[in-house]
Amino acid sequence: MFPKGTKRKFSDSGDEPAAGDEDVNQPSSVAVRMLSSYSLQRQSLLDMSLIKLQLCHMLVEPNLCRSVLIANTVRQIQEEMTQDGTWQIMTQALSAANAAAQCSADRLVATEVLCRQTEGGVTMSTVSPQAPTSYLPGTFGMDPCWEEENGEDEEEDEDSEECGSGSEEGDSDRLVEDSRTAEQVFGTFEIKNPAPSPDPALEELFSDVDASYYDLDTVLTGMQSAPKMGPYDLLESLSSHGPSPLSSSTSCRSDLNELDHIMEIIVGS
Amino acid sequence: ADIISTVEFNYSGELLATGDKGGRVVIFQREQESKNRPHSRGEYNVYSTFQSHEPEFDYLKSLEIEEKINKIRWLPQQNAAHSLLSTNDKTIKLWKISQRDKRAEGYNLKDEDGRLRDPFRVTSLRVPVLLPMDLMVEASPRRIFANAHTYHINSISVNSDHETYLSADDLRVNLWHLEITDRSFNIVDIKPANMEELTEVITAAECHPHQCNVFVYSSSKGTIRLCDMRAAALCDRQSKFFEEPEDPSSRSFFSEIISSISDVKFSHSGRYMMTRDYLSVKVWDLNMENRPVETYQVHEYLRSKLCSLYENDCIFDKFECCWNGSDSAIMTGSYNNFFRMFDRNTRRDITLEASRENSKPRAILKARKVSTGGKRKKDEISVDSLDFNKKILHTAWHPKENVIAVAATNNLYIFQDKIN
Repeated sequence: MFPKGTKRKFSDSGDEPAAGDEDVNQPSSVAVRMLSSYSLQRQSLLDMSLIKLQLCHMLVEPNLCRSVLIANTVRQIQEEMTQDGTWQIMTQALSAANAAAQCSADRLVATEVLCRQTEGGVTMSTVSPQAPTSYLPGTFGMDPCWEEENGEDEEEDEDSEECGSGSEEGDSDRLVEDSRTAEQVFGTFEIKNPAPSPDPALEELFSDVDASYYDLDTVLTGMQSAPKMGPYDLLESLSSHGPSPLSSSTSCRSDLNELDHIMEIIVGS
Repeated sequence: ADIISTVEFNYSGELLATGDKGGRVVIFQREQESKNRPHSRGEYNVYSTFQSHEPEFDYLKSLEIEEKINKIRWLPQQNAAHSLLSTNDKTIKLWKISQRDKRAEGYNLKDEDGRLRDPFRVTSLRVPVLLPMDLMVEASPRRIFANAHTYHINSISVNSDHETYLSADDLRVNLWHLEITDRSFNIVDIKPANMEELTEVITAAECHPHQCNVFVYSSSKGTIRLCDMRAAALCDRQSKFFEEPEDPSSRSFFSEIISSISDVKFSHSGRYMMTRDYLSVKVWDLNMENRPVETYQVHEYLRSKLCSLYENDCIFDKFECCWNGSDSAIMTGSYNNFFRMFDRNTRRDITLEASRENSKPRAILKARKVSTGGKRKKDEISVDSLDFNKKILHTAWHPKENVIAVAATNNLYIFQDKIN
């Protein structure tokens, strides 16, 4: 789970647990503790990076170099987490929490950066291995065909969660799929542009307009034209556990739909 | 006074230009040495101030374009006037700075206040004479090089042919002719077809000081590419690729970020180049690509603090570095208003502080030390007491003498060698 409330500081100087009082005959427990401490540190680094990518300067173009470096760090962490299997554990926990609670802002930390609505109908889609789906986030401008698919997927997701979590076979399959979808989620933000206009005159007019930079911007730095909630709301809601008054219940509802959709992509059902 | 964002001496060292966050350029001029005060060589006084760039608004992206001056580069002097290039994120301007200390009086067709005289009233002819006047320094924009960069310009560099210059942004490098403002040649383009595959950006670029066909550009992954413009119109394939292999024992999640090169500078000789990454300065021999010939640690004590520095964004600070005139010493900045100088021959280094509180004017600067171990000696400062808001990112060294300019946030310090 994302660490809630207490701010865990990434121990900078490679703190080792005080081994003085430890029973020397149990090196494994020390190792386990060090490993979990490393995992915690890595997790908090991931959270920090995701927040950094989200907080955006609304007025001035953000620093591309900084965004690229942070995004590379996130990818690195995600790759490592995928390799040692913790990625799947995290996403399973996320989907479990999602099924249990309403609008918790914690999950939005990861998912917000994955899906953002941009101006001009440019969308960001995550491609699942089973069915390439065009995913339109946001409370407005929803594609009707997406909604249908979402409905199907939601049902599938709930079914698989209820009966599939126990079997080993299912787990290993899911693990394989996870690494692939996780790779796609973080490694390739597929940015879908609107169908290019065939009109040559229009094209010429916009030939020097580099819309893709703006898209990358929105992805990497979380810029959005109509924020559902501002960066400071997000930070506030991170520190408080309870459901925060983010928005009206209707947008909360659609947020849940989005979350369900993303979860099933990540979990790979 | 605004935060200084760039500092640059001209070719003779007589002029020192600074650019700030508010788009202003302030030029200092060195006083002629006077016999009255033989102990102080010429001091720098304000010569000219002008507004180079104004804030703009990009209507297409609904974003502001900052007026902050990212770089100033002087052009070689060709006549009595001085010229420099100054750039913000998007537009480069060529400014001509000229001075007048004489004016003509006694025109026949004009009155003293400039009104035209009625020709019939002119009864006699006289020759106008030149009379001294108060020195007036004028800066005028002579060229504006705009609309060639989609991303933020991080470097400009005047070529040794004195006719062309290059400008680099995060993904592209363009070559301009100083006389032509409506066209530029794109010579490097690392923009991927799919922006989602972007993992590396250009961080700095510079022309070779003698070979007008050679330039280098550095990247956020700690690599430097040397390109020869004779090889192809688009220099996407480098002639030389400089990268130091990573030390696997010190690998961390921050390895890539701290390897990102913030500045690259050729030596005056043209044989070496220097790169600055977050923790060190490296000197490269242009003939050896696989590792630098010299590495200097600037503030190695920060290596254990990288996570905090990542949290407060300091890890993304872009420090510059510079050579002295003879290439025997290099200088770069650090935190707490400290800056470091390294002597390449003796391998000695020194840490100095640019601060009004801690040094009186004309007093010799005291060497500073950051304590790294447990015990802190007297006069040492511990790592945790360092002020990370006081960063020295921009420094410049006089091309011929031991005079340095250090920008500490919104203050400019000029230090010179003690004369025996």
